[in-house]
This record gives sequence, C-alpha cells and structure tokens, in this order.
Amino acid sequence: MSTVPESPEAGLPKEAPLPPLGTVGMLRWGWRQLTSMRTALILLFCLAVAAIPGSVLPQRGTNPLKVNDWIANNPKSGPILDRLGFFEVYSSPWFSAVYLLLFISLVGCVIPRMAQHWRAMRTPPPPAPRRLLRLPEAREASAPGTVDEVLADAREWLRSHRWRVRAGDDADGVRWLAAEKGYLRETGNLVFHAALLLLLVAVAYGGLFGWKGNVIVREGEGFSDTLTQYDAWGGGRFVDASALPPFSFSLDAFDVEFERSDAQRGAPRLFEAHVSYRDSPASPQENTTIGVNEPLAMDGAKVFLVGHGYAPHFIVRDSTGAVVFDDSVVFLPQDGNFTSTGVVKVPDATPSLGFSALFLPTAAVDDVRGPHSTFPAPDYPAAFLSAWTGDLGLDSGVPQSVYALNTSKMKQLGLESLLPGETWTLPGGSGSIELVGYERWASFQIAHDPGKELALASAVLAILGLMASLFIRRRRVWVKVWSDPQAGTLMQVAGLSKTDAPGLADEVEGLARAAGEESP
Amino acid sequence: MTSAQLAEASNYAVYATMVTLTIAMLAFAVSFAAGRRPSTSAAVVQESYVAAGSTAVLTRVDAPAVAAPVDAGRRAANIGMSLTWLAFGLLAVGVVLRGVWAGRVPWGNMYEFSITAALGVLGVFLFASIQRDLRWLGLFVVTPTLLWLGLAVTVLYSDAAQLVPALKSYWLVIHVSAAIISFGAFSFSAATAAFALLRKRAERRADGAAVTGWLSRVPESDRLDALTGRVIAFAFPIWTFAVVAGAIWAENAWGRYWGWDPKETWAFITWVVYAAYLHARSTAGWRQRANWIALIGFATFIINYFGVNIFASGLHSYAGM
Repeated sequence: MSTVPESPEAGLPKEAPLPPLGTVGMLRWGWRQLTSMRTALILLFCLAVAAIPGSVLPQRGTNPLKVNDWIANNPKSGPILDRLGFFEVYSSPWFSAVYLLLFISLVGCVIPRMAQHWRAMRTPPPPAPRRLLRLPEAREASAPGTVDEVLADAREWLRSHRWRVRAGDDADGVRWLAAEKGYLRETGNLVFHAALLLLLVAVAYGGLFGWKGNVIVREGEGFSDTLTQYDAWGGGRFVDASALPPFSFSLDAFDVEFERSDAQRGAPRLFEAHVSYRDSPASPQENTTIGVNEPLAMDGAKVFLVGHGYAPHFIVRDSTGAVVFDDSVVFLPQDGNFTSTGVVKVPDATPSLGFSALFLPTAAVDDVRGPHSTFPAPDYPAAFLSAWTGDLGLDSGVPQSVYALNTSKMKQLGLESLLPGETWTLPGGSGSIELVGYERWASFQIAHDPGKELALASAVLAILGLMASLFIRRRRVWVKVWSDPQAGTLMQVAGLSKTDAPGLADEVEGLARAAGEESP
Repeated sequence: MTSAQLAEASNYAVYATMVTLTIAMLAFAVSFAAGRRPSTSAAVVQESYVAAGSTAVLTRVDAPAVAAPVDAGRRAANIGMSLTWLAFGLLAVGVVLRGVWAGRVPWGNMYEFSITAALGVLGVFLFASIQRDLRWLGLFVVTPTLLWLGLAVTVLYSDAAQLVPALKSYWLVIHVSAAIISFGAFSFSAATAAFALLRKRAERRADGAAVTGWLSRVPESDRLDALTGRVIAFAFPIWTFAVVAGAIWAENAWGRYWGWDPKETWAFITWVVYAAYLHARSTAGWRQRANWIALIGFATFIINYFGVNIFASGLHSYAGM
C-alpha cells in the first residue's frame, strides 16, 4: 500500500536453497508477503472484480423482492449463488475477506513507514555529494561576495523558501549547505492511507449504532417513530429499537407533476410532501415540505422522500348491503406510468372476499399489453378488478404479504373495470365493490447514521492527503562554496528530485541567483 | 433570442463543431500518412523537429524529396491543431447556449453530459498541448470525440429542459463537473497509455535502433509513461472528490451516503483500478503493466457511463436519454 518499491527480500528467488523457516519464520515470511506492494496490487484487483457481481445481480439490501424473483426464475443457479452470497455481495465473507486483507496489508505497510518518516523528518539532510556537477540539475559560477556572504545569502533564500538546511565543510576548505524539502509528500501519503482506515471505522461505527427504516404513508395518515409503524426496519447491533427518537409526522398532501411535452414525456418534474410534524409528543406542531433533495431533519434522524404512488379508495358491501370495507389501499407502481397493482382483502364479508386489482392513472387497453397506464398523472383513472371468494388464508398463522392474494382456496367470481364513482355488483349476490376515488401515498426512508460525520471528515482528510502525496515533490539541493586564489569566490549549486516532476531546475537557478550568480 | 432559437443555436454550434472536427481529423490523418513514408528516416524527423518554427533550416539541397512530405505532415498537423481549437470554441458556445436555454448547468441528461464531456476531453488535450508537443496525438483525440458527439446527437439527443426532481440540487453542479473533468483527463490518459504500449513494442522490435514507421512520430515510451502518470495523478484526486461529493449528495437525497447502487459500485471500481495504477507505477516490475491498468480503468469508466445508465436499473437511471 505504499509508494516505495518493494524491498528486495519480498520476492526471494525461487531456485535458491532456502533454510528451514520454522513457525516464526513462516509467520514473518507470510507477513512480508501480505504487506508487499505486489500483494496489495493483487488485492486491489480482487476488490474491483469482487464488486462487479453486486452491480449485475439484484441485492437483498436494496431490492429483496427482485432477489426472490431472480432465484425463482433461475431454480438451478439461484440457490447456489444465494448460498455463495451473491445476493449480498458487500457483506459476503469473500468480499469482506478481500477488503480486510487489504486493510491489514495497508496497516502493515503504513505503520513501519510512519516510523521511518518520523525518523526521516528528524534527520538532517545528507551532506553534499563529492561530485556535485554530476547531478542532473547542476551549475557552477563565480560570485562577487566572500564565501561567508554567499553562504549567508544562500541560507537566507533557503530559509525564506522553507527548506530544511544543514551546513558543513569539507576537509579541503570547501563549505557547503545541504537542504531538503517536500516531506509533506510522504506525510500526505500516510495521512491518505490512515484516512482510509478511519473511513472503515466510520462505516463500521455507523453500521453498529445506526438504523434505517422505510414506511409508506397515505395522504391524511400519520406516522410516529416506533418499530411497529415501519414497513421495514433494520438497525445495528447496539441500537435499542425500543428507544427510537419520539418524533411523529403526518402527510397532509402530496404534490406531484409530470412532464407533458413530448421530450421525456412522463418524467417527474416535482415531488413535494407537505407534512406537519412534532419532534416529540410534547413539542408544538410545525409544518414543512419534504422534497427529494430536501430531507426533514428531526431530532436524531432524517426523513427522506424516496417514492410515491396511488392508493385507490374502495367501499365493499356484503350480500346484505352492509359496508364491510371502506378504505384506501396502497398499490405499488409497476412501471414509469404508474400501472399499479394491489389487493383488497375483505375478511369481514361472509364468505370472505378478495380482489386483485390494477389501478391505472391514465387507463388504456390494447391487445398486446392488456390494461395499462399511458401517463403517470391521473388523467383518466380506472381500476381493473378480479374478484375472488373463499378462504383468504389469514387465519393460517403464516404471515402474508398485503400486496398479494393467496387464491389457492378461493373461487374466482369475475372480472370488471371501474371508473371512479362506479359500483360493480358481484355475481351470485356476493355483494358489491365501489371505486370511490384515489389518494396518493409517499414512501419515506428514515435514517440515523452516527458515523457519517466521521466518514465525511476522513474522506476530506483522504483527499487532502492524496493531493499532498501526488503534487508535492521531495527534493534536495546543495550549495558548495570555496575561495579560489585566481577566480575569487566560486560556487556549485545542484539539485536532485526523487520524482521526475519539472520545476527543480527553476529552484536550483533561483538558489544560484540568490547566492550571487550573475545572469548570463 | 427566443427559447427555441437558443436550443437551435446550441445544436448548430454542436453540428459546426462536428464539421470542424471532421476536417481536423482529415488534417491529422494526412499528417500521419505523410509521416509514414518509408523515406522518412529518424534523422530527418529529428532534424525537422529542430527546425520547428524556422522553415529556413530545412532547405537542404540534397534532400528536398525527403523533407517535403515531413514538412507537409507538420503543416497538416498544425492545421489540425488550429481546427481543434476552433472546434473547442464552437463546442463551448454550444454547451453554454444549451445551459442558457435550459436555465441550469448543461448536464441534466445523457446528451448534455456527453457534449460537455466532449468539451472536457478537448479541453484537457488542448490544455496539455500548450506545454508540450501533442500533435501526434491529435488524430486519436479528435476521432473518438467526433464519434462520441455523433452518438450524442443521434442516439442520446433529448429536448428536455427541465430536470427530474432528484437532480434539482447544487450538488449536480459540483459532483458532475468533477466527474466531467476526470472523464476528460482519464480519456486523455487512456490514449497516451495505449500509445506507450504500442511505442514500447516498437522499441523492443527495433532493438536499440531508431523506431521506424508511424510510431516514430510518437514520443519515446518512457516519456509517454511519465505523461500518463502525471495526467492520472491530476485526475485521481478529482475523481475521488467526485465520488465523495456524490456520496454527500446521496446522503442528502436518499438517506445514505453509500448504498452500492450500480453507479456507485462502478465509480468505486474505477477508483480502485486507478489506485492500483498509481501503486503499480511505483512498484518494480509493474511499470509496463501500469499502462494496461490505465486502459482497464478507462474501460470501467465507460461501462459506468453507458452500461449503468442504459442497462442497469438503479437510482441513477433517471439521467434519461
């Protein structure tokens, strides 16, 4: 993980007869292998490759329904891939193994280099090489002042340009200055790698102490932050799910607009959830708007608007004409035009009634696609219903999805389509169903991640370190000055840079000029 | 100007860019063909390099036939460079007009991102060409840019001015502009890395002698390695910033800063591959392979742009065609 060529020991020649290593030797050899740059490189590639399947296959974390579909459609490979963790790639043992090995390798490389860098920063620059003019950037000149004056001028220039300077003299009466600059390059490199470790800590901390949940709220409906009100909720190991922050809000109205011109027809143009909320039951009620990029920050959590849809309102009457169901039902959108599906379960009717239905905000029917919606806004809303009677299976004790109807013990009564205000009298005197109208619903993600500030700080630190390590050059310059009986004061100035970036020549020239070299 | 006229003017500017780039491409191609003449020995090429700027030096009496095609090649390359500058200016006009028409930054859908990214690629190339002679690379920057723009105006074109709500955020300016600059620099580095590999092979075949053929017009592989390295060192922090800015935006829009959405995953893969490149550059025995890594890195970037926008269904698929 370091940017220094790996040590020669790291790749022992295979053919050389190796002495028996013993346990300690083996461990040391293994450690050296793991922390070598080549291993780090291979691990980086493994990490890149291991991340790919998660972008191709559906993932449980983001879309559990799609995962189930995928496994159902691929009965052979699905279960195998599932067991190998391909539907939870980023928490799978093999993905974790790669990045943990990478981070161990990083630690093993960064810590010794921190020690090394610490020593290097406290070591004065090395003395001038014997033959200065052999260096790539070197010049020789005479200077008008005395040796002392030239050295003082050179030292002043180096000081003001923040070089670390060391002075000395050789046995033959030559006096010199050695200077070094650019330690921040290695500092930045180490900071960058340490910041990556910190980022991992922040992610882990957020994972252990953070939580997030999803909830669908219909217009006019409220939500208070307790576990039972969530449709889905997940929290870290150290979260007390019974002590969630006590805020509540209700969705007063949901505004949505769609593009009506031909270009990107149907694309959303506006989502706005108008809510009233309280930070706690005791605090006063306030009103606000939650938009896509405008979450509501509550005490201890943020509320994000992540989706919306339609909830058609039905009234179901039984054979006697008594109202047995009167509510709006959340339907899930299936495409960009909000062709939505849902079910209505009426266990209170005798016998029980069930409806699986399509809700189409702008209804159309054709031979290929059947009933479908042609625009996401409710320009011509209609519901297409399939009525069932029999046992809904609600008493079996097996948890049921509210979006699916188990018709295995039911008998189909018939099919019908309804416009708002229309009533369908079910065949056989089973009752009737009326489409009253529709409401909208919005889905919210509510999240609390205590690690995100630390994650941001480490990301900023990583970028700063990265820039220092890529843009700063470590370089050394030397000045040798001596007095020649014939030519007066003579000097040599030379520089050396570890990296092949330009600019050193200018610095050597600047130093030489400052020391008294006359312009050619 | 009315709104419709603004959009039309932007389109015309993009078409004019494409015409200009086509001529620039022909000029660069002529320059390459001229340089490929077998009579063009390395010595003469070098001499013609010395002669840059002063035509008088090259009037050698005994070798006019040799000097002529080289000279023509240089003139063609210069024409190509001038036309590329012109195309850059025209495209800048097109992009700015598009932004004025839409009343926001000109990267709200794939078409707009593509023309702005093309501007970024030309910009990085021209900016780098101020400091060093990059005429040899012209053909290989101009041709893909032209194809890219062709794809943009035919397949990706969109008339939409308004943004989907998810994109209505100032992070669109910050996050996407960083991505565009990284894209420009990464594509430039991919071209130089490819040439470094070709040139290295030619140098190995020449076995110490001067490289002949069209690759003789390309700088030595060591210099190309260094150039590729510097461009990626410039782009990598910007790409890191683009990813971090995207994470901050994601936290603000979706409630989590990282969720392994396909776009995020591929941004991460690109980041990891270029990190590997930087490590390979300073690892003994991996310097040559580093150029391959640079090419793989660019491939992951392209997969992220086209593959994820068009084929994957994720939170980023709103970008729209």
